[in-house]
Amino acid sequence: MSALLPRRWRSDPRFAWAAFAALGVLLAALPFIVDAGMGRSWVRILAFALLYVMLALGLNIVVGFAGLLDLGYVAFYAVGAYVYALLASPHFGIHLPFWVLLPLGALLACTAGVVLGAPTLRLRGDYLAIVTLGFGEIVRIFLNNLNAPINLTNGPQGVNLIDPIRFGDTALHPAVDLFGVSLPATHAHYYLFLAFTLLTVFVALRLQRSRIGRAWVAIREDEIAAVAMGIDTRNVKLLAFAMGATFGGVGGGLFAAFQGFVSPESFTLMESIMILCMVVLGGMGHIPGVILGALLLTVLPELLRYVGPLQEAVLGRVAVDPSDLRMLLFGSALVVAMIFRPEGLWPSPQRARELSPDNPDETRQEQESLFDATR
Amino acid sequence: MNLARPLGLVLALVSAAATAADTVKIGCVAPLTGPQAHLGKDIENGARLAIDEINAARPTLAGKPVRFELVVEDDQADPRTATIVGQKLVDAGVKGVVGHLNSGASIPASKIYSDAGVPQMSPASTAILYTRQGFKTTYRVMANDAQQGKALGGAAVKIGKRVAVVDDRTAYGQGLADEVAKAVVAAGGEVVGREFTTDKSTDFTAILTSLKAKRPDVVVYGGMDPQAAPMVRQMRQLGIKAAFMGGDGMQSTEFIKLAGNVAEGVTGSSPGLPLEKMPGGGAFTQKFNARFGKIQIYAPFAYDAAQVLVAAMRKADSAEPARYLPELAKVSLDGVIGPIAFDAYGDLEDGPVTLYQVKGGQWVPVETVGGK
Amino acid sequence: MDIFLQQLLNGLVLGSLYALVALGYTMVYGILELINFAHGEVVMIGAMVALTVLGVLAGTPLPPAAMLAIAAAVAIPACMATGFTIERVAYRPLRRAPRLAPLITAIGVSIVLQNVAMIVWGRQYVSFPPLIDVHIHEVAGATITNVQIAIVALAALIMAGLLLLVRRTRLGRAMRATAQNREVAELMGVDVNRVISATFVIGSALAAVAGMMVAAYYGLAHYAMGFMLGLKAFTAAVLGGIGNIPGAMLGGLLLGIIESLGAGYIGDLTGGFLGSHYQDIFAFLVLILVLVFRPSGLLGERIADRA
Repeated sequence: MSALLPRRWRSDPRFAWAAFAALGVLLAALPFIVDAGMGRSWVRILAFALLYVMLALGLNIVVGFAGLLDLGYVAFYAVGAYVYALLASPHFGIHLPFWVLLPLGALLACTAGVVLGAPTLRLRGDYLAIVTLGFGEIVRIFLNNLNAPINLTNGPQGVNLIDPIRFGDTALHPAVDLFGVSLPATHAHYYLFLAFTLLTVFVALRLQRSRIGRAWVAIREDEIAAVAMGIDTRNVKLLAFAMGATFGGVGGGLFAAFQGFVSPESFTLMESIMILCMVVLGGMGHIPGVILGALLLTVLPELLRYVGPLQEAVLGRVAVDPSDLRMLLFGSALVVAMIFRPEGLWPSPQRARELSPDNPDETRQEQESLFDATR
Repeated sequence: MNLARPLGLVLALVSAAATAADTVKIGCVAPLTGPQAHLGKDIENGARLAIDEINAARPTLAGKPVRFELVVEDDQADPRTATIVGQKLVDAGVKGVVGHLNSGASIPASKIYSDAGVPQMSPASTAILYTRQGFKTTYRVMANDAQQGKALGGAAVKIGKRVAVVDDRTAYGQGLADEVAKAVVAAGGEVVGREFTTDKSTDFTAILTSLKAKRPDVVVYGGMDPQAAPMVRQMRQLGIKAAFMGGDGMQSTEFIKLAGNVAEGVTGSSPGLPLEKMPGGGAFTQKFNARFGKIQIYAPFAYDAAQVLVAAMRKADSAEPARYLPELAKVSLDGVIGPIAFDAYGDLEDGPVTLYQVKGGQWVPVETVGGK
Repeated sequence: MDIFLQQLLNGLVLGSLYALVALGYTMVYGILELINFAHGEVVMIGAMVALTVLGVLAGTPLPPAAMLAIAAAVAIPACMATGFTIERVAYRPLRRAPRLAPLITAIGVSIVLQNVAMIVWGRQYVSFPPLIDVHIHEVAGATITNVQIAIVALAALIMAGLLLLVRRTRLGRAMRATAQNREVAELMGVDVNRVISATFVIGSALAAVAGMMVAAYYGLAHYAMGFMLGLKAFTAAVLGGIGNIPGAMLGGLLLGIIESLGAGYIGDLTGGFLGSHYQDIFAFLVLILVLVFRPSGLLGERIADRA
C-alpha cells in the first residue's frame, strides 16, 4: 500500500507516525462505527476476523516462513480451546482464571507441535502435509470420543457454559463498566482480540527479522544450502512448528472464552484448509498480506449472504444457494492463486520481484533452484 | 415473482398506519440456506402464519393496539453463524425468538438470548443440554431426546431383551443413543453391544459383525438416514435377523428411498404427534397448504411456538421479556400440536413421541408414547 | 472363528475398493511425485454420473446388465475427461513451480469438484436403483454376497490388466521411463506430456469403475463420498509403497483388513477402554507409522531422499 505514495512521504518518519496514529484511532473507534452503522453482529464478525488474523499469522510461520505445509493446524487451535473450556467451566467444576489458562493452552499446544513435529519433520513437503492432516483428524476423533469410560471431553456434546474472561472483578461478559461507560461483550472482546492480534503481529515481525526467521527462509528456499551454512534444520523446523502451534493455542483459548461453547464440530479439516487459504491468498510469508487474507476470507462469506436476495432480484429465483458458494469460492481461490498469482494478493516485495514476469530469466532460475532443492 | 407477499406487506403497512399500533418484533431463526433450507423455511412459514393470524385479530397490550412483526434470520445450521445472527436479532430489539432448528445452533445462541433476557422458543432442537444450561429464557415445544430415547428404548425391549445400540458420534446421535441405552436397562432389557460409527461412513460390516457375535434381538441406531439405510442392508447381508430401530434422524421418506426393500418392518420414532393426530392438525394443514404448500415437519411447532410467546405476553399484558417471562413458565394452552405446558427446565411437559413402522414402503404410525 | 472369517471377508471387500482407488494415486505419484488430492473426487463423479444415467434409464425395458453397461460407458469417459482437464488446467502450469504449489492446487481442485458436484447433484444422497438381485452365500459360517464376490473379482481383473499395460505395452514402458527420470525419458524421445495425460486418463477410468462399484455395493452415492475414501486409498498406496502398482493392491487389501479387524476387536483387546469409535484412526495411524518408519512402504524400493 505504501508503494502508492510518493517516495518523499514514504521516507519521512513523521508520515509513518501519522499513519500509525490514524490507523490506531480507526481501530479503536471501529466497533462503535460498525455498531452504529451495521449493527452489533458485525462487531462480532470483526472480533472473529481478528481471531483468524492471529491463527493465520501462526500458520504463516509454518507455511509461509519455513515452507512446511501443515494441514492439521486446527488441532493446535482445538488444544488451546479445550484447555480453556475444560478448566474454566462446570464440566470438571474447575474455574481457573484466563491468565493461567491462555499460557497453559499455549504451552500444551506448543508441546503438541513438538510431539508431532519431532518424528515427522524429516519427511518431505507433501508427506508432511498428509501426516499433519492425519494428526489433525486424530485429535478431533479423540476429542469427539473421550467421554467414555472416563468423561474427559464430554464427547460430541461439547463443553458448555465456559467462564468469560475476567480482569479482577470485571468480566468481559455480558458487559464491562469502564469509567461509567458500559462496554458490551462484543466490543470488549474486540479490544481484547485486537490487543492479542497486535501482540501477535509484533512477535511475528520480530521473529521474521530475527536470526531464526532468516534461518526459516533459508530452509524454505534451499534446505541443502541451509544445512551447508550451518543451520540445524531439524531444530529450526521444530521451532517453527512449536511457534505456529503456540499461536494456535492462544487463539483457541480466546475462541472458547468468546463463544462460551466448544465442540469437536468446530475443529474439522475444513477449518484448517480455510486458514491455509487465508495464508496462501494473502501472500505466504508476508505478514501484511496474511492479515489481508484473513480479513478478506472472514468478511467475504458474510457478504455472500447478500448473493441470495440478489439472485432473487435479478433472476427471480435463487439458482445457486449462497452457502453452497462459500467453499467453492475458497477452493477456486486456492487454484487460481497458485496458478496466476502464487505470490498472493499482497506479496512481500522480495517475493514479488522473484516471481514477477518482468524478469523471466531470474524467475525461471529462481523456480528451478527451488525445484531442484525440494525434489 | 410472487405477488401475494408484497401485496400482503402493503396491506399490513396500510393497516399499521391506520391504527398507529406499537410494533412488537418477534425473531425467527433457522437455516434458510444449505441442505436444511426446506426445513428452515417450514419454520419461518409456520411462525409467519401464527403472527399474521394474531395481527388479523387486532391485538392489544396494556390497552394499546400492537402489531407483531416477524424478523427472520438465517443461521446456516452453523454454530458460529448462529451466534452472529442471534446477536443481530437482539440488536433489532426482538422480544422473543422462535428458533433455532439444530441443537448445535440453539445451544451457543441461547447464551446471547439469555444475556439479553429474550425468551427463546425452539420448535425443533431436541438435545437435552439445550434446556439444562441454567438459563431462564430457553424453552421448546418439541419433545427432547430423553423423552424420545425413553420411547425407543421401551419399544425395543418389548421386541426383545437383548438390545444393541449404535451411534454416529454426533451430538444428536450420541445423545439419543445414551438415552436409549438408559431406557433399555430401565425397562428390564440388556444392552448387549455398544458400537460406533461416523456421520460420513458407509461401511458398517466390521461393527455389525461384532454385534452378530452378541446375538441381539434389536439394533437401535442414533443417527441419520444416509447411514441407517446401508446399515440395515448390511445387517441383512450378514444374516443378522434382529429388528432395526432409530430416531427422527432416520424416520424420513429419504430412508425408505435409500434402503429400498430392506426398509420394510423398520421402526422409527419422531417427537410430537403425527400431523393427522394433532388436535388442530386438520385445520392447520388446510390453512398452511392454502398459503405455503406442503408441510415438511416443523411448521405446526413453529406456529405454536409463536402462539405461546404471544399468549404469555397477553397474559402479562406486556411485551417486555422481564414482565412476560414468568407467565411463559406457567403457560397452559391447547396448541395445534396438543396441550402445551412447560416443566421447570422449559421442556414440554410429558412431550409425546410417536413410533412409526415401515409398511408397504410407507411410514405408518403405530403408537404414541407420552402426551396428555 | 466364523466371526473372524467374516471380519476377514469384510476387510477383503473393503480392501479391494481401497486398492482400486489407490492405483490412481500411485500411478500419478509414481510419475509426477504429486499427491493428486482430487482423485477421490473423480471416484465420486464416476459414481454420480453412473447413478444419473441409471436414473434416466430406470423406466426403460432394458435388462439390468445393459443398463449397467450404458452407465459405465458414460461414466468412464466422463471421468477420463475430468482427469484430463484437472491435469491440464491445474497441474501442468505448475510443473516447474515449487513443490508446495501443486499440492495446494490439488487441495483446491478437490474442494472445487466437491462443491460443483454439490451444486449439480444436490446435497442429498442419491440411491442406487435395485437392479442387482443380491444372493447371500454361506461359507463356513460367514456370509458373502454375489455383489461382494463380483467386486473382488472385478478389482483383481482390472489390476491384472493394469499390470499388463504397464509391463508389456509401449505406453507402459514410456510411463516407467518417465517415472524413473523425466528429463532422460524426454531425451529418449518419450512425449512426456502425453504420458502424463495418459496416466491421469487411465487412473480416472479406474476411478470411474471404483465409483460405480462403491455406489452399487453401498446402494448410495453422495457429493462428499470421495474425500475420506481418497485419503484411505492414499494411505493404502503409501502402505504398499507409493509409485508401485502391486504395492497399491497389497496396501489396499491390508488396510481393509486392518480396519475391519481393528474395529471388530479393539473393544475386546482393550477391555472396553477403546471402541469402534476409533475405526477411522487406524488408517491415519498406519499412514503416520509407515511414513515415519518405512517411507518406501512394504514393496517400495528404498530410494534415498524419496521421502
